Amino acid sequence: MFISRFISNFRRSRFFRALRHNPVSILGIIIAIVFITFALVPGAFTDYHPTKLNLGDRFLPPSSEHWFGTDSVGIDIFARVVYGARTTLMVVVVVLSIATSIGYLVGSTAGYFGGWYDDVFMRLTDIILAFPSLVLALTINAVLGRGLIQTMFAVGFSWWPSYARLIRGQVLSVKNEEYVTAARATGVPTLQILVSHVLRNSFDPVVVRITLDVGFVALTTAGLSFLGLGALPPTPEWGRMVAEGRDYLLVQWWVTTFPGLALFLVVLGFNLLGEVLRDWLDPSAINL
Amino acid sequence: MFRYIIRRLILTIPVIIGVTMMTFFLANVLPGDPARMAAGQFSTPEQIQEVSERLGLDKPLPVQYFRYLGRLVRLDLGESLTSRQEVLKELGKFYPATLELTAFAIMIAVLIGTPLGVITGTGKSPVVNSIVMFFSFLGVGMPVFWTGLIFQLVFAGKLDILPLSGRLSTQFSAPPSVTNMYTIDAILAGEWETFWNAMKHLIMPALTLSIGRVASIARITHASMLSVMRTDYIRTAKAKGLTNRAVLLKHGLRNALLPTSTTIGLQIGFLLGGAILVENIFSWGGIGTYAWVGLFRLDIPVVMGVTLAATFTFMFVNLLVDIVYPLLDPRIVYK
Repeated sequence: MFISRFISNFRRSRFFRALRHNPVSILGIIIAIVFITFALVPGAFTDYHPTKLNLGDRFLPPSSEHWFGTDSVGIDIFARVVYGARTTLMVVVVVLSIATSIGYLVGSTAGYFGGWYDDVFMRLTDIILAFPSLVLALTINAVLGRGLIQTMFAVGFSWWPSYARLIRGQVLSVKNEEYVTAARATGVPTLQILVSHVLRNSFDPVVVRITLDVGFVALTTAGLSFLGLGALPPTPEWGRMVAEGRDYLLVQWWVTTFPGLALFLVVLGFNLLGEVLRDWLDPSAINL
Repeated sequence: MFRYIIRRLILTIPVIIGVTMMTFFLANVLPGDPARMAAGQFSTPEQIQEVSERLGLDKPLPVQYFRYLGRLVRLDLGESLTSRQEVLKELGKFYPATLELTAFAIMIAVLIGTPLGVITGTGKSPVVNSIVMFFSFLGVGMPVFWTGLIFQLVFAGKLDILPLSGRLSTQFSAPPSVTNMYTIDAILAGEWETFWNAMKHLIMPALTLSIGRVASIARITHASMLSVMRTDYIRTAKAKGLTNRAVLLKHGLRNALLPTSTTIGLQIGFLLGGAILVENIFSWGGIGTYAWVGLFRLDIPVVMGVTLAATFTFMFVNLLVDIVYPLLDPRIVYK
C-alpha cells in the first residue's frame, strides 16, 4: 500500500516529469552514483593496490585478470581508475567550495549593496572572465608550484567570478520583492535579510550550476595534471594517467584510453544530471 | 555606430590595464630568479647583477610595472629571457599558427553545429532529436587532451591516413612567409603540394579542438530555433504559403542565428584555453606551446605577451560580434 502510494506520488512529481522529458538523464544519475561510490569505498571494487609497483606485470593488455590492463610499472589500471575517482571527487569538492564561497561573498554583497562596491567587483570579474580560464589557472598554478593542492587553489581562484555573477543576478531579482521590503520594514538586521530571505530564495540556479560544473572542474584540473602541473606521481589521477600513457599510445593503447574514458563519463554524467535538475527545479524550462 | 565602437574601444582600456596588472604581479611572484635565468646557468653573481640592472629587475615592482606599461604603449613587449628574441617578433611567428588552428576549428564547429541545431530545433522526429542531442552531450564531455590522443591512435596509428603531429612533414619546407599561416602562405605562393600537406596536418588538431564547440553551438541553435519557430511571423510566413524551405531558412534560421553568433565570441575563450592542450599533443608551434614553455622557464615577458595576445583576441572577437550584430538584426540600434 505504502509502496504503491509512494510510486503514484512519485509519478506525479515534478522530478518524474523532468526525468520523462529527458529519459537519457537516468544514465547521468547512474554515473553519478557509481562515481561517488568508487570514490568513497574504492577498496570494495578492486583487490589491486593503486600505487604499488609490480615490475613483472608491465604492460599486460586488458584481460579477465586485469580488466583495463596494467601500466608501465605493472600497476592494475582498473584499480588506478577506481582510486582516481577519489582524487577527482576531492578536487571537485575543494574547487567548488572555494569558488562558491568567494562567489557568494562577492556576488551577494555586490548585488545587495550596489553602488561603487558593485562596480569595482563586477569590473574585477570582467577582467578575470576576459582571460581564457585554463590560461589563468595555468598561470596561478605555475606561481603556486606543482602539486594537487596548488592546482585546486589555482582552479578555485579562477572559477569564482561566474558564481559571483550568477549570485549577484539572483540577488538583484529577489531584493525588491515585497517580502524583503517587509522584512526590512520590520527591522530585521541586514545580514539576516541577506542570508535567510535573499540567498535562500536564490539557491536553485546555484545548485544546477554546481552540478554542471562538477564535470568541467574535473576536466580543467585533469588538463592541468596532463600538462604536468597538478597531481604528482604516483597519485592516481586521471589526467596524469592519460599523460603517462602518451609515450606508449600506439602500442599499449589501454594505458591512455581507460582513464580518459572514466573522466569523459563523469563529465557526461554530471551534465545529464544538471539538465534534469534544471528541468526539475525550473519546470518552465521544459515548456520552452 | 561609430560612436559605439569608439566607446567600446575606450572601455577596453581599463580591462587591459587590469589584465596586465594581474599577470604582471602574478608573474613576479613566480618562484625563482628571472635575472639568473636570463644570465644563464653558469653566470657569476656580478653577471647576474648586471643583467638585473640592464633589464630593470632590481627596481621596485610598481616602478617596473609603469615602465612596462610605457613600453607597451610603444608596442614593445620586451625580449624573452631565454631566447633573447623580441617577444613581439616571436608572437608574430607563433600567433598565426594558433590563429590558423582556432579559425579552422570555429569553421568546423559552425558548419557542423548549426545544421544539427536546425534539424533538432524544428522538431520533426523525436528519435533524431534525442540521438543528436545525446551526441552533443558526448561532445561536451570529451576531454580535449584525451580526444586528441585517441584521434592520433586511430587516424595516425591504426589507419595511417593523417600525420601524427606537427604543421608540415619534414620533406616540405615552410612556404614563403607572408601571414605565417602555412595553408594561406602556400596558396599565395601557389605551392599546392605544401598546401595539401599543411591541410592534412591541420585536420586532426582542429577537429579535436572543435568537438566540444560543435556540441555547444548545436545546443544553442537548437534552443533558439525552438523558440523562433513558435513566433507569429513564422506562422504568418507559413500562412502566406511559403515553401517549407523558405520558412525554415529565411525566416527561421536567420533569426535563430542571432544567439549563435554571440556564443561564437564566447567560444574563443574556450578555444584559446583548449589550444594549450591541443598544441601540446600535436606539437603545434603556436602561442599555447610558447606560453607553456615560457611558464616552465619562468620567462615573464613571454608569459605576459601571450596573456595579452589572448586577452586582445578574446575582446576583439567579441567586439566584432557586437558590431556585426545590428547588421544581422536591424531591430538592434546602438546609441
